[in-house]
Amino acid sequence: MTEGMEQRRKERVDRGIKVRTDSLYALLSAGEIAYLALPRLVLILGLLLLPLVVPGMYWQRVITITCIYGLLAVSFDFLAHYVGLVSLGGAFFVGTGGYLAAIANTQMGLSPWLTVPSAALAGGVLCTLLLLPCLPLRGVYFAIISLMYPLFSARVIEALDILGGTDGIMGIDGFPNRIVEQYAPVVLLLLILFGLRRLVTTDFGLVVRGVKDNDQAIRASGINVTYFKAVAVFVSASMGCLGGACLVHIYMWSGISQFALDFSILPIAATVIGGSGTLVGPVLGCLILVPISEMLREFGTLRIVFYALILVAFIIFKSEGLMVWGRRKYHQFERWTRI
Amino acid sequence: MDILIYGTINSVALALYALGFAMVYGVSRLPNFAHGALYVLSGFITWSLLNSLGLPYAVAIVLTLLLTGIIGALIYQLILIRIRGMEISEIMASYAIGLAILEGLRWGGFKGMTYTLPSFIEGSTTIAGIVVDYQRLLVVVIGAAVVGLLWLFTHYTRTGLALRGMAQDERAALMLGIDSDLMAVVAMGFGSMLAALAAVVLLPLGNIVVEAGYNVLILAIAVCIIGGLGSWMGSVIAAFLIGFAQILTVVYLGAHYQMVVALLAIIMTLILKPSGLFGRQKELEERV
Repeated sequence: MTEGMEQRRKERVDRGIKVRTDSLYALLSAGEIAYLALPRLVLILGLLLLPLVVPGMYWQRVITITCIYGLLAVSFDFLAHYVGLVSLGGAFFVGTGGYLAAIANTQMGLSPWLTVPSAALAGGVLCTLLLLPCLPLRGVYFAIISLMYPLFSARVIEALDILGGTDGIMGIDGFPNRIVEQYAPVVLLLLILFGLRRLVTTDFGLVVRGVKDNDQAIRASGINVTYFKAVAVFVSASMGCLGGACLVHIYMWSGISQFALDFSILPIAATVIGGSGTLVGPVLGCLILVPISEMLREFGTLRIVFYALILVAFIIFKSEGLMVWGRRKYHQFERWTRI
Repeated sequence: MDILIYGTINSVALALYALGFAMVYGVSRLPNFAHGALYVLSGFITWSLLNSLGLPYAVAIVLTLLLTGIIGALIYQLILIRIRGMEISEIMASYAIGLAILEGLRWGGFKGMTYTLPSFIEGSTTIAGIVVDYQRLLVVVIGAAVVGLLWLFTHYTRTGLALRGMAQDERAALMLGIDSDLMAVVAMGFGSMLAALAAVVLLPLGNIVVEAGYNVLILAIAVCIIGGLGSWMGSVIAAFLIGFAQILTVVYLGAHYQMVVALLAIIMTLILKPSGLFGRQKELEERV
């Protein structure tokens, strides 16, 4: 650097309104309440109004599917970035939930009102029990083994020719009417999203995040790490199963394709694009990726190539994700300062 | 007797699948989830060189090995090196690259039963009353040769010793002037070449299908985990364990269960002894 040349750097400063809204006094001013409520309202109203705005049944169906993928993506994000278990096999949860709902509906004759919640709960328990032996693993080891589960399930169903074999289970009831079909996934997604945001700030959330950062320390504090991991896996698996159950009732069919890669890779790509560890980011990622993938439907498997490349590009060039970037722009401003 | 012969052939095939994966993981701690994709890709490269360009088979094979090695090295140099050491990102990125290659090939029209490679030598022979074709015998010969050459390479050449140094202790290797990034690229190149070698040797036994990519990846991972990630000789021994277990299930239970055996073996190993039978990693690193 030559003498006398001015050196500058960019600094980020919190906006005044961000600082004022940090405490309870935010309630004293309408402007500050609006500042706090705006992002949340945009999300809630946006998701609720979107089906009314888009043209035609086809795109309304796309919104429904987007919300189901949103559930899967939030479930991945929670498990990967709050508990530290990277699950490459989200399809396992979808398939389990889907098949359970299908069985409850066709064999026991339960209505979708009962099958969806019961498939979510029973599926959560079942997946947790099946994953229980692998919970002490972490890092690469858990990722590899979770990748095996959906492949394994599909192979077992094929080999034993159970649950309808390669044909799948047909003749499942749809949702009672279009409004329920349209709004059930949207409302469930919103409830779960805000519920999870609460959950991760409770004591339970504190412990699981501790497990992620340093499980030895948690163990040394006399806390049963495996128990907390199991509960977290239950939460995440239930969400996946819920998505699977809704999907089965929408398509009125359940088959091996529910263990397909799409359900594992798209939520991961959405999470990376939206912003890892933000919970709402993955939903944003799904809102971008799923419609694009619908538009590319005629290109067949090229869609998967497309997500995979987007995923790689975001991991390398923008690993923070859109949501973290957006949040920074909303709360802070940047300016040049002299050194 | 046929169990012994086909078990050996199957085991050598598994070892060929796994060596490339084991090499990359051993040297640069990168779980290369694109391994299966590189295997299938090199099959299609050979097919294209043979049928579209009309090259002689031997030339096509050598070119394929080189090309796949270069592709692997480029994938590492251009993409994976930037996220080195970030485990989750490495898994996701390499998995995504593998998916992109495989599904791209599927989209490009490489599907169905029409893609086959010719055998090196036609015909068959009888060993102890069992008919074995020459290609399968060749698999065993080449497999043994690869393991032998790899041993010589890692014990008697400078590059091989550098790779082994990296695998044992990266910091110490850096202090001795070994370029760790370069060696990681070299390892990825060699790993991809091993995948390509497995492909050209094994694919003449069947069709080239995209689905094979996923199976090869799972089998390679199974072998490496059971042998202990990062242990090369462990992988070879594990290949024999799984290979014979698979043939035994095919004989006594049915072909459907072949893949189930591999998956069950991984699950059992990970639960009972996650560092594998011969892994040298500390228990604490991989489980609580």
